[in-house]
Amino acid sequence: MKRISSIVDLENLRESILQKRGSKKTIIRLCLSTGCRAQKSVKVIEALEDEITKQGLQDKVAIKKTGCHGFCEMGPIMVIEPANIFYRQVKPKDVGDIISETVLHGNVVKRLLWKDPQTKELTNTEHDLPVYKKQKKNISYNSGKIDPTDIDDYLAVGGYSALGKALTTMTPAQVVETVVSSGLRGRGGGGFPTGIKWRICSAAPGDIKYIIANGDEGDPGAFMDRSLMEGDPHSIIEGMIIGAFAIGASEGFIYVRKEYPIAIDHLAIAIRQAEKCGLLGNNILSTGFDFTIKIDRGAGAFVCGEETALMISIEGRSGTPRSRPPYPAFEGLWGKPTILNNVETFGNIPKIISKGSDWYSSIGTKKSKGTKIFSLVGKVRNTGLVEVEMGTTLREMIFDIGGGIRKGKRFKAVQTGGPSGGCIPISKIDMPVDYDSLREAGAIMGSGGMIVMDETSCMVDVARYFIHFLLFESCGKCVPCREGLKQMHEILTNICEGRGEKRDIKILTELAHFMTTASLCGLGATAPNPVLSTIRYFRNEYEAHIYDKKCSAGVCKNLFEYVIDEELCNGCTLCKVKCPEQAISGKRKEPHRIDVQKCIKCGICFSLCKREAVRVK
Amino acid sequence: MKIPIIVDGQMVQVDQGAPIIDAAKKAGIFIPTLCYHESLKPYGSCRLCMVEVVQNKQRRLVTSCNFPAEGGMEVFTNTDKVRQIRRMVVELLLARCPDVPLLKTMARQMGIKSSRFKKREANECILCGLCVRFCEEVVGVCAIGLANRGIEREVATPFKVASDVCIGCGSCTYICPTGCIEMVPDEKTPRLRIMKMGNHPLSPCPNDYQCENCSIEQEFLKDIKDVIVEFRRSYRNSER
Ligand SMILES: Cc1cc2nc3c(=O)[nH]c(=O)nc-3n(C[C@H](O)[C@H](O)[C@H](O)COP(=O)(O)O)c2cc1C
Ligand code: SF4
Ligand code: SF4
Ligand code: SF4
Ligand code: FES
Repeated sequence: MKRISSIVDLENLRESILQKRGSKKTIIRLCLSTGCRAQKSVKVIEALEDEITKQGLQDKVAIKKTGCHGFCEMGPIMVIEPANIFYRQVKPKDVGDIISETVLHGNVVKRLLWKDPQTKELTNTEHDLPVYKKQKKNISYNSGKIDPTDIDDYLAVGGYSALGKALTTMTPAQVVETVVSSGLRGRGGGGFPTGIKWRICSAAPGDIKYIIANGDEGDPGAFMDRSLMEGDPHSIIEGMIIGAFAIGASEGFIYVRKEYPIAIDHLAIAIRQAEKCGLLGNNILSTGFDFTIKIDRGAGAFVCGEETALMISIEGRSGTPRSRPPYPAFEGLWGKPTILNNVETFGNIPKIISKGSDWYSSIGTKKSKGTKIFSLVGKVRNTGLVEVEMGTTLREMIFDIGGGIRKGKRFKAVQTGGPSGGCIPISKIDMPVDYDSLREAGAIMGSGGMIVMDETSCMVDVARYFIHFLLFESCGKCVPCREGLKQMHEILTNICEGRGEKRDIKILTELAHFMTTASLCGLGATAPNPVLSTIRYFRNEYEAHIYDKKCSAGVCKNLFEYVIDEELCNGCTLCKVKCPEQAISGKRKEPHRIDVQKCIKCGICFSLCKREAVRVK
Repeated sequence: MKIPIIVDGQMVQVDQGAPIIDAAKKAGIFIPTLCYHESLKPYGSCRLCMVEVVQNKQRRLVTSCNFPAEGGMEVFTNTDKVRQIRRMVVELLLARCPDVPLLKTMARQMGIKSSRFKKREANECILCGLCVRFCEEVVGVCAIGLANRGIEREVATPFKVASDVCIGCGSCTYICPTGCIEMVPDEKTPRLRIMKMGNHPLSPCPNDYQCENCSIEQEFLKDIKDVIVEFRRSYRNSER
């Protein structure tokens, strides 16, 4: 590849790539990101390649191995251009029909189309999918469209033009001020204004400065950062180069957990390609600006996502947070002024520079600008990644995009912000999703995890689950977090197992406020959120557990019984046959009974009964 | 540069950026601490030293052992919030280490009769990290460190095998506020001292680093033995 040594070179190269691509080929885009890979998209690719060779269609059809499309529930996902036909759950055996029908004759293969579970309507094309309609794909737009391992693809969609603009027409201070006025806030959790952070760091004294992208993503159930790194690595790199230029850094790091091998691979390829083109390295675009990026692989501790722990981990010591001040913008990596931003934050930068801060700040709410990628998981119909404008309501996200709750159950709560986020109840479902509304509701934006829960979730148990996770992810350095989480977990376990005492809610609340104010780092300070938010919105459940010894969701085994409603039971015997403990008795076509003494509460009868005659009591 | 700062109503002059606790000392005000030591870098782990600070009209709680003093700052060391935090720290630590005299005394002074929290299995280490930091920063040996995460965090030698770099100086024993590092003379070689923390010997190797034939090693290190033998060999070579 030829070295790009000026902005003219860059634009010429882009022209020539676009011209080469002008030919009227059919392009089959198939997701090869982690989600679809797990559903064997690699096999589909192999079958496609075989079929294309067999039919001699190499000149007519091209395969594009893309990143995540977002609709992971329905993987492997395939889109056929130019008509944008959308196929879901594609198997190797479907390949023959896809080529002979769709590619050669332009007919859709009906069985591969997406069908609305309620209206049974079929959707032909990608842009007509209801899941995508309420979304605003800005940052995740390229992922699913381009081949992340080919820099030409990124250049073809305008990649690195923001870098060219920043380096050749703007001063570092202008870049900083553009980011400030865009209103962009950090996507890694805290929501600190990115431009302000850059301004502080660019003013910090020192010749050597560093810039780091945080791709640690430790929240269970979250995968937006992984998808971005896998599907559009160049946008992160471009954002970092612009950031480095703005603050005067010449070295950067991307911190990625080792559990993300594809992300690491794609980032490494992207860095190598950018180096070869001269977009990284010495004298970038002949402007005299030097910048290199290294990948640092973390071992996957949640706490290493915390900024000071992350830097200590890069330095080669065990990742334990330290007190701030000094803030990393003054004394960060190896004691030098350092900027740390989330990878998605960096993904926003090229757009802001290209389209301007006015454009950017016209999207979103007053204090939360732009779009945000969420991973929508749990009991919703359409799980996957969604990108929406800030200020979209929870209802729109869960019901319009997520398709509502599975199996006709009722919505109970949504947990936002990862393990240290909060649970938001139905009464707040029309709340706009932005940094400040979430905080006010006792939750946090976090990095964008969103776990939807239905009536089968017990909120005390949910709180216990998250506290258990954090108990083992706390670094253990400071007393409030280490000892506080231990005792919190102890109390919650007691409540869930029927040993709850009257004073427990008070002690939990007291402990929670103590941890919030006294913990050393953000982990301990936000860890009580699941407890505080569930006490705030679901106090009745705590009280039922403690005073009545009842768990109405049927989760805490000591606190409920399964009974069969004699009115509803038609004596089909299904439950009786399947019960592993032979605890169910009853004659065919007569109401059945459960022997409480024998029942181990495995819940098999409960989930099997088609008439919903098995109840939680 | 000296700057004025107000601690509980008293004006004192301290170096800009010095930890607030220095200012309190100058004013003759006592702030309880567990992980702080003048000769070590501040660590901020016990949170016992928290105070309220008012700066630019903002009031917040900070740890006085490492929060830098700035001009115009006002510090309150004995407010309700501060006392609540101290009590909670002691109550939690008391549940962790019910038999440690220092904590019992502190609890008595604060009027805590007993901890409301569940007592944990006997443990004497409060994880203040003083021993580890002293061994690293002052002795310069790094024989011990903090292993594991969260509730399983503990003071240990690398891979939890007898240390071959500990010089037996006894500093860790001396500095430990709870007395959980013991120093006992080695029976075989009386001039050597063995440091004992619970069941972990921190002492020089009892088997003269014949790791290949050592039963202690066999037990611990089925999988990682080669790595450690190699590590030790290179370490000793580099020493020479
Ligand atoms: C316990 C803990 C875990 C964190 N994990 C992550 C993470 O996985 N990814 C991330 O980007 N930020 C994480 N953060 C936030 C970072 O400390 C930091 O604020 C962020 O990366 C800054 O980037 P931003 O301003 O672009 O959000 C975590 C914070 C805490 C306290
Ligand atoms: S709050 Fe938790 S994770 Fe943070 S320093 Fe303290 S113990 Fe470690
Ligand atoms: S006795 Fe050993 S472990 Fe203790 S401080 Fe001295 S060298 Fe370190
Ligand atoms: S052994 Fe003593 S000095 Fe070392 S961390 Fe434990 S309590 Fe602190
Ligand atoms: S003395 Fe300040 S935190 Fe321990």
